[in-house]
Amino acid sequence: MEKMTYAQAAREAVRDAMNADKSVWCVGEDLGRGGVFGQYIGLQDEFGKERIVDTPISESAIMGGAFGAAMMGTRPIVEMRFSDFALCATDELVNQIAKARFMFGGQSRAPMVVRKPMGLWRSSAAQHSQSLESWYVHIPGLVVACPATPQDNYSMMKAAIECDDPVVYLEHKNIWLLEGDVDRDQGYEFGTAVRRCEGQDVTLVSWSDTANVCEKAAATLANQNISAEVIDLRSLWPWDKNAVLESVRKTGRLVVAHESVQVGGFGGEVVATVAEHAGNALRGPVRRVGAPRSLVAYAPNLEDQMRVTEAMIVAAAKETMGL
Amino acid sequence: MPAVGDNTARARALLTMMERIRAFEEQAVLAAERDKLVLGAIHPSIGQEATAAGVMSNFAIDDIMLSTHRGHGHTLAKGADPLAMMRELLGRQGGCCGGKGGSMHIADFGVGMLGANGVVSANIVIATGAAHGLKMQGSDRIVVDVFGDGAINRGPFLEGLNWAVVFDLPILYVCEDNRYSATTCTADMMAGKGAAVRAEALGMRATTVDGNDALAVADATAEITARIRAGGPPEMLHALTYRRGGHTSFDPAKYKPAGEAEEQTALNDPINRLRDTLALQGLSVAEMDTIHNEAQAEMIDVLTEAAKTPFPPDNMALEDVQDIGSPAQEAY
Repeated sequence: MEKMTYAQAAREAVRDAMNADKSVWCVGEDLGRGGVFGQYIGLQDEFGKERIVDTPISESAIMGGAFGAAMMGTRPIVEMRFSDFALCATDELVNQIAKARFMFGGQSRAPMVVRKPMGLWRSSAAQHSQSLESWYVHIPGLVVACPATPQDNYSMMKAAIECDDPVVYLEHKNIWLLEGDVDRDQGYEFGTAVRRCEGQDVTLVSWSDTANVCEKAAATLANQNISAEVIDLRSLWPWDKNAVLESVRKTGRLVVAHESVQVGGFGGEVVATVAEHAGNALRGPVRRVGAPRSLVAYAPNLEDQMRVTEAMIVAAAKETMGL
Repeated sequence: MPAVGDNTARARALLTMMERIRAFEEQAVLAAERDKLVLGAIHPSIGQEATAAGVMSNFAIDDIMLSTHRGHGHTLAKGADPLAMMRELLGRQGGCCGGKGGSMHIADFGVGMLGANGVVSANIVIATGAAHGLKMQGSDRIVVDVFGDGAINRGPFLEGLNWAVVFDLPILYVCEDNRYSATTCTADMMAGKGAAVRAEALGMRATTVDGNDALAVADATAEITARIRAGGPPEMLHALTYRRGGHTSFDPAKYKPAGEAEEQTALNDPINRLRDTLALQGLSVAEMDTIHNEAQAEMIDVLTEAAKTPFPPDNMALEDVQDIGSPAQEAY
C-alpha cells in the first residue's frame, strides 16, 4: 500500500504501463510541463518527447491523430485538458473512433484512452465545468470510466490502457488532491461497481466525485439511524446492473445521484433498469438527485446552485423512506 | 511497378488500372440505377481515374492509404479485390467490411487501405496520425491521404497539415480537386487560391499537376515519394481533375454550367488522353481495345458474382462493436 493523491495514482498507472509496454504513449497539449493539473509531471523527463508528446492546440488532430497511430499498433493516451475541449474533437471520437471497428467489419481496433477531466472546479464557469458522461454512454463502441478514488484512478487507468476498446476516461477535477491508499496489484474489471458502505434501508447509486459525497451522506444518515448502502458504479459502460439490482432488492429504496444535469442523465437509465427488473422490490418512491437543466456560472454562489450536496442526498434518502 | 525507363509498359499498366476503375464504377452505377442492388449512396469518380491510378502506382501494398467517400478508384488502385469491393457496395457477405460499411466506408486493411470516410476532411487527421505512428515505430512505410477540394475548408485540413510539418511526418497529402464540393462549385465557396497555396503557407512543399494526365500524376508522385521515402518532410500534390457526374450516382448535377461536363468528356477524358499518348508510342488501337474489353468483362463478372452472394447474417448487426460491454454478449 502506498499513499497517493488521485492525480498521482493515475500518473503512476501511466508510468507503470509505459514501463511495461513500449507502445504506450501520451499525446496532448502542455504535457511536457506536466499537464494542466500536474497529471504528467516528470513523465517527459523519464520517457522523452517522443512518448510524452506536446502538441499544438488542435483537438481534432490530437484525437484523430491518436486514432491513426492506434490503428498502426500503438496505444495512445489522449489528453483533452478539460472534457469541454474534447467537444472540439467530437467527430473524431464519435464518428471515427467509436465506429471504425464496426464499419470496417472488424478490421481495425482503437486501443486508446481519452482523458477528459470533468466536473465543477473552483469557479471555472460554463466552458470548463461540464459533466457529460451520459453522452458517451449513448455511443456504441465506447467504454466509459468515472473513477472516484485514488485506488480506482490507478487500477482503472491501468485497465483502460490495457483495453483494446476506446475508453473515455473521465477524471473529476475536484479531487486531484484527494489522498488514499493505493495497492498497485489491485486490478479492475470494467462493469464492476464497488459497495462503498453496506446498508439495509436505502441504496445510494452514484459515480465520480458524487460517490464520495454519497459516502458522506451515508455517514450522516447513520447518525440518524438510517442505514444507507452506497454503490459506486465506477464504469458507466459497461455498468454493474447486478450490483444495483441486488442492493435494491435488499433495501427496497433507491436514490441515484450525479453532478451532471438530471434531465437525460445516466441516473434515468439506472432508475429505468431497476423499474424493469426489480420494480416489485421497491418499497418507496425513487429519487434522482442531479443538477438543474441550467449552466454552470462563474460566481461561487451561482456555481453552488448546480452542485449536488450531501444535504440533498440525505433529504432524498429520507423521502424514499417517507421521512 | 514496371521498371524505370519502360515507359510504354508503365503507361499500359496505368491504362489498365484506369479502365478497371471506370468499368467497376460503371457496373456500380448500373447496380444502383438499373438493378436496384445498391441501396445507399455511391459517389462515382468517373473522369478522375488518372489521379487514383497515377498516385497509387507509387505506393506499395504495405504503405498506408486513406480515402474519401469517393474512393472506389483509390481502393482498387491500392490493390483491393474488386469482387470484395462490389460485395461491399451491395452489402453482402464477403464484402471488404462484411457488408457493414458500404461504399462510403470501404476499407481493406490487407492492402493498407485504412478506410474511405463519410465525413469530408475527417481522414486528414487520421492519416496524419497513422504517419505519426509509423514514424514512432521507425517504420519505412509511408502514408498517402487523398481528399477532395471541399475538404480544405474544414478544420482538420489545417490541423492535420500543421501537425505533419511540426512532427516531420512521412505523408503525402493528395488534394484531388474535382471542382465540386458536394453540389456546390468549390470556387464559389473558397477564399484564396486553394489547396496548394494553403499548404505552402504552412511551409509544406506543394506540387500542382494536371490530374487527368495519368503519366504526369505518376511522375510527380514518383518524385515526391522518393523524397519522402528518403526521409524528407511531408508534401502535397494538388491534382486538378473534373467530376464528370453528380455528387452521388442519383444526382443529375443540373447545377453545373451548360456544356461543361460534355466538354470535359470530349476533351479531357483521362482514359482517352492516355490512349492518345500510347498510340503515339506505338501501342495499337486493337491492343488498347483489348484492355478496355477485358476490364469491362472483369467487372461485369464481378457484379454478377457479387449479386449471387447472400446478405450477412442478422447477428452481425451486434458484432464488432466493442470487446467490453459488447451488445453481442449482453441483451441490453
